[in-house]
Amino acid sequence: MRYSALRILKEGLTGNRGWQPAWREPEPKPEYDIVIIGGGGHGLATAYYLAKEFGERNVAVLEKGWLGSGNIGRNTTIIRSNYLLEGNQPFYEFSLKLWEGLEQDFNYNAMVSQRGILNLCHSDPQRDAFVRRGNAMRLSGADAVILGPDEIRKMCPYLDHESARFPITGALWQPRGGTVRHDAVAWGYARGADRRGVDIVQNCEVTGFDIKDGRCLGVETTKGPIKAKKVAMCAAGSSSRVAALAGLRLPIESHVLQAFVSEGLKPVLPGVITFGAGHFYVSQSDKGGLVFGGDIDGYNTYAQRGNLPVVEDVCEGGMAIMPMIGRARLLRMWGGVMDMSMDGSPFIDRTHVEGLYLNAGWCYGGFKATPASGYCYAHLLASGQPHETARFFRLDRFRQGAMIDEKGVGAQPNLH
Amino acid sequence: MTQAMRIEGGMVDRERTLAFSWNGRWMTGYQGDTLASALLANGERLVGRSFKYHRPRGIFSSGSEEPSALVQLRDGAAQEPNTRATTVELFDGLYATSQNHRGPLAFDLMAVNDLLSPFLAAGFYYKTFMWPKAFWERVYEPLIRASAGLGRLSMQPDPDAYDHGFLHCDLLVIGAGPAGLSAALAASRSGLRVILVDEDFVPGGRLSAETHEVGGQAGADWVAEATAELAANGNVRLMTRTTAFGAFDHGIYGAIERRTDHLVDAEDRPRQVLWRIYTRRALLAAGATERSMAFGNNDRPGIMLAGAVRAYVNRFGVAPGRRVAVFTNNDDGLRTADDLSDKGIEITAVVDARQGDVVEDTIGRRGIRAIRLGDGRRIDADCLAVSGGWSPNVHLTCHHRGRPVWNAEVVGFVPGGELPPGMSVAGAANGTMTLAATIREGHGAGAEIAGDLGAGGSPGTPVEAVDESFAAAPFWHVTGLRNRAWVDLQNDVTTKDVRQSHQEGFRSVEHLKRYTTLGMATDQGRTANVLGLALMAEAAGKSIEETGTTIFRPPYTPVAIGAFGGRARGEHFRPHRLTPSHKWAEENGADFVEAGMWLRAQWFKKPGEKGWRDSVDREASQVRKSVGICDVTTLGKIDIQGRDAAEFLNRVYANAFLKLPVGKVRYGLMLREDGICYDDGTTARLSESHFVMTTTTANAVLVFRNLEFARQCLWPDLDVHLISTTDGWAQFAIAGPNSRALLAKVVDDLDLSNDAFPFMACAKCSVFGGTPARLFRISFSGELAYEIAVPARFGDSMIRALMKTGEEFDAVPYGTEALGVLRIEKGHVAGNEITGQTTARMLGLGSMLSSSKDAIGLRLSKRDAMNADDGMRLAGFRPVDRSVILTAGAHFLNPGDPADMAHDQGWMTSVAYSPELGISVGLGFLKRGTERMGETVRAYSPVRDQDVLVEVCSPHHVDPDGVRQRG
Amino acid sequence: MIIDHPLLGPRDAAEFVVLGDASLIDRPDGMTATVEEMHDYAYLRDNPAGDHRELWYHEQGDRSWLVVTRSTLTHEVIKVELARNVARAQGRSR
Repeated sequence: MRYSALRILKEGLTGNRGWQPAWREPEPKPEYDIVIIGGGGHGLATAYYLAKEFGERNVAVLEKGWLGSGNIGRNTTIIRSNYLLEGNQPFYEFSLKLWEGLEQDFNYNAMVSQRGILNLCHSDPQRDAFVRRGNAMRLSGADAVILGPDEIRKMCPYLDHESARFPITGALWQPRGGTVRHDAVAWGYARGADRRGVDIVQNCEVTGFDIKDGRCLGVETTKGPIKAKKVAMCAAGSSSRVAALAGLRLPIESHVLQAFVSEGLKPVLPGVITFGAGHFYVSQSDKGGLVFGGDIDGYNTYAQRGNLPVVEDVCEGGMAIMPMIGRARLLRMWGGVMDMSMDGSPFIDRTHVEGLYLNAGWCYGGFKATPASGYCYAHLLASGQPHETARFFRLDRFRQGAMIDEKGVGAQPNLH
Repeated sequence: MTQAMRIEGGMVDRERTLAFSWNGRWMTGYQGDTLASALLANGERLVGRSFKYHRPRGIFSSGSEEPSALVQLRDGAAQEPNTRATTVELFDGLYATSQNHRGPLAFDLMAVNDLLSPFLAAGFYYKTFMWPKAFWERVYEPLIRASAGLGRLSMQPDPDAYDHGFLHCDLLVIGAGPAGLSAALAASRSGLRVILVDEDFVPGGRLSAETHEVGGQAGADWVAEATAELAANGNVRLMTRTTAFGAFDHGIYGAIERRTDHLVDAEDRPRQVLWRIYTRRALLAAGATERSMAFGNNDRPGIMLAGAVRAYVNRFGVAPGRRVAVFTNNDDGLRTADDLSDKGIEITAVVDARQGDVVEDTIGRRGIRAIRLGDGRRIDADCLAVSGGWSPNVHLTCHHRGRPVWNAEVVGFVPGGELPPGMSVAGAANGTMTLAATIREGHGAGAEIAGDLGAGGSPGTPVEAVDESFAAAPFWHVTGLRNRAWVDLQNDVTTKDVRQSHQEGFRSVEHLKRYTTLGMATDQGRTANVLGLALMAEAAGKSIEETGTTIFRPPYTPVAIGAFGGRARGEHFRPHRLTPSHKWAEENGADFVEAGMWLRAQWFKKPGEKGWRDSVDREASQVRKSVGICDVTTLGKIDIQGRDAAEFLNRVYANAFLKLPVGKVRYGLMLREDGICYDDGTTARLSESHFVMTTTTANAVLVFRNLEFARQCLWPDLDVHLISTTDGWAQFAIAGPNSRALLAKVVDDLDLSNDAFPFMACAKCSVFGGTPARLFRISFSGELAYEIAVPARFGDSMIRALMKTGEEFDAVPYGTEALGVLRIEKGHVAGNEITGQTTARMLGLGSMLSSSKDAIGLRLSKRDAMNADDGMRLAGFRPVDRSVILTAGAHFLNPGDPADMAHDQGWMTSVAYSPELGISVGLGFLKRGTERMGETVRAYSPVRDQDVLVEVCSPHHVDPDGVRQRG
Repeated sequence: MIIDHPLLGPRDAAEFVVLGDASLIDRPDGMTATVEEMHDYAYLRDNPAGDHRELWYHEQGDRSWLVVTRSTLTHEVIKVELARNVARAQGRSR
């Protein structure tokens, strides 16, 4: 069923009784060409692009819960390509370009909203670093503008320009950055993949791998064994747990990132705003809620919940930069479990087990990466070759010393 | 306007009349009213609009679960959006307006959405607005955003202050209703330290709203007696207006206390206090929340929860209607009719779903006028009291992701799964729905916890009460409706939306929530979720148990962001660290800059200087010409002592340190274990077993942490001790050709000649006739230079004395900007170069990496990709056109190459205008930079609109051979 | 969270800084270790869903490094030890 205004009109006039399921609820077949572990954003995007771009339709996505229950359903919905390093920037720019055509591509309105992202800075060295980064963005075809304090004041008069402990000295502004309705991304990809024959199997947890002589032949699941020519792990947040079933240790720790939403307010924020002297970033959803977050709690956890000190730290940042939000109320907080990698950058690679692939380590950059991650993983799975823009996301890069460390904090995941 | 709907009785103080403004009209109420009860007393039924369809909304509940009666409270900077009228205590002069409508509340233009509702069903927006592609940001989304949201931000800084506080107790009791009070009594009598919190402004919970007797007296009288006893016991802190909003790890609860929201004038007291309560045990006695049922047009103003109707009648002395109908699926609802009849309010119908009777529809656009029954009869009613049963308030039991379980008898979810450790539940929150049982359970829980914790006192006996009848039926919705029936009143989710969600494959409870937005409004679906689940279960042909439930996350009710932020805002966002010369610097025209938490002088403006460049150029020039003084206290200082101190340093620095002679300083390069440069600084050996290390300002805390890690975890038996002395010593750089001459007048009895005290020498000494000091001959500027340290308490005198003594040399104070100019001229690296991504080889320091020892980071610094011959190397840069001012952050490109990532040759890290050379100079990283001296490359900075040619040169723009610093 | 410091008693976790897996104590000797061994030490983690031994530093306190055994599923703290004692027990000395 194709979605359109006309269809809504027709259904509306006939009592909305004709809507069909967005996807099937299939039982798994005994064998597939490719089995993807994880029905979150990246897994569903991988399946979608495998089917649509690479002609791989004998594909299953196995999801232990409900589709979209990964971090695609627990994030702050930001898209941007404001990275610095050669290993990252072209990939995220590719992703942003995919976002820009996504809705027409998969016929689902994910509300890709490019209202811009404003990274504030509060010192000269920080501004120098933003200039370097902005130039790197321009070199890879992205958009970037450096703004001065006066321009920022004009754009956001309600920021603390007067009494700030760390005055605003400038900003990196990416007009094409923005937000996306996160759940809709999962649903759009799922629907698109399903229509092309991909089996999305919910409530099907992978419990083991069938590995013989260094080759992966399939998976064990709560719905029985499934054979596959290729098995693609794609379970960020649980990557170490899944990989451990195949005997792999990963350069990843699991950490919780809390996020917050306020009650609905009449929209006033233009796009995404990030505070450069504390841990706070914010956007305002199309429903009016302030969606905001800060830094990870810092301790290893799989518990999908955090603690008060970080809530306070984030709100301190919010009040420091945007003191008008004091009387808005925090409505809901949640925690997403992040695959924090050792250099803050992800992996899209084969493993040393033949036929077993890994997509992991997204830290908190996973949401914006969803389209490119899916596309590049599909590329790798289908062709055996890494996609041009993802060629640095190798699992063995630490052996070579080829870290992709945007923040420059080294092999300590909770600092990335 | 008189309070036409005010009736006898209740807990309001009729002696104290309060005036308030509602949508510009002045009305009166009484002390003890909420805004909601006062509005009802004045006959106001229409108070708001729903989110999507802008349907008329009235007051639905009498508590924090309110989905509909949201108002904009107060005005100006203190205005507060989305405030539940049902929880706002009335105060004199209260000002409130309705929100989310265009035009007057009664004639909301946006109500046109309601007519379009067939086309605005669940998830409609996912299916359209896709073409033309550019229209989303330009047309569709602006339209959506124009109608989004509920209340408004003031757009001004929140004028109020918020505090954070910490409390400790043995038992935290959440909810001061019959269960909570009984538990607190038992625990307190036993000797526990108890904190009892309740979100309401009076204790008692449902006892305030009902006519129950407790211990042979009116419920409210027993509550007064119980609270008096708690106060007398001396070990109980009863906190009303306090919501325990979250259960965090290890017995830490978050609670928000509203201190001044109910006052006319806060008199500068903090508006709210965010408490962190540390408790050994917690008892959740948060009661239950009533829910509605789905029937046609069940959302009109005047349709209220039955328990709320009783609350308005019994507690507030307000009649929500003159002719009231009741629709219930349980006995509790029937009591409503009795209570109202007792007050002389006409009951026009009691419709009991268990008898097969239903309300099918309601009539009345801006407020209910009549109901239509299943058999077609129309009955007048200006208020319909609905009870669809009660849902235990299990919220906090879910905060560690425990999942509640369905209880068919209660017809609700009761606590299940793993509760937060130390938490127990009593009363209605636990599914114990009748009064006497609730009291017994609360008392028993309090006594049991006291026993568990070893409290010796006697808990006494629970107070006597009678169990009222409680028989609920799982009746959820009326079938065969022609009109829409609401599930979520605020977000406008109807039964059709739930069914459509199922039809489209959104069948898990999480999909239902996310697709329809059920339960995502400001009330988090407290009156709606269970109904939605029941409908989904029915559509799927499953039981509610099988369908499951979403779980609750903090906060229990929304909490002001300002409260979480506390006092940390504006100037007080983070503490200030001030250098010992700060006061002197202030007196001498310094302009300060933030360096982490430090404030440092960045330059000292002299009269007549127009811009900062004038000051900085003068300071830097004067250093090179004569002498300048700079406070460098902010650099980290770590005192390292012990027999193995040298060995320890040798393992944490990448270069050799074992053989550093006493009385000498050495530059040290510190790597992270991954082989990347971490920090640099100088370390001085004051004696065989005593070293003083300096770190960069930014890394002072981190380096110290890492050294402690190495000392305690890696080599626990090395005899070495560390102490941070950053704040202990005031340290000043004295730089320039006259620095020796100046110091000679300052330092007592120390031969400063080049032979006796050469470059990189250090010594303990004294200054100005006996003040202890340490002197280091080190140079960041490239000039003959020293750093002298005195105990911090002498720092202020020291700078004054130094400047006085320096007058004859025209000594200048110089700030961080001149410091930066001097180091860039000299080619010394700093934070812009050591970014945490830099290898020693990039810095030209590859040869410092020892290969004859083990030290942190050495092994991994040898990896291939970090040692590629075509890697980045530090170089100096000068503009080909000497008048150009360079830009830090520019990228280098070979002339003629396209400007893209593939041809990126590096970047400019630091730039400065060099007064010494009269041109702008830079440092930067360039591929194979050291081999390209004399080449010309593009410095490309599109974000700065700059694209200039620069000449690659040595990073040492000034005195490359280091003659001056050794002189 | 609350960390029951072996010397100071229960302290709020906000006083501490977390480094990560306590396996960081087991640093190979840089002169004899292969790059591979050093790589595994610096970069690979078990990252268990369950009990996790991890290093906490009492930065706003007595500057002890602690080994905290804590569940990554429930956050329950099972054991707290001085890291120095753990290191010694694991054979680390000078």
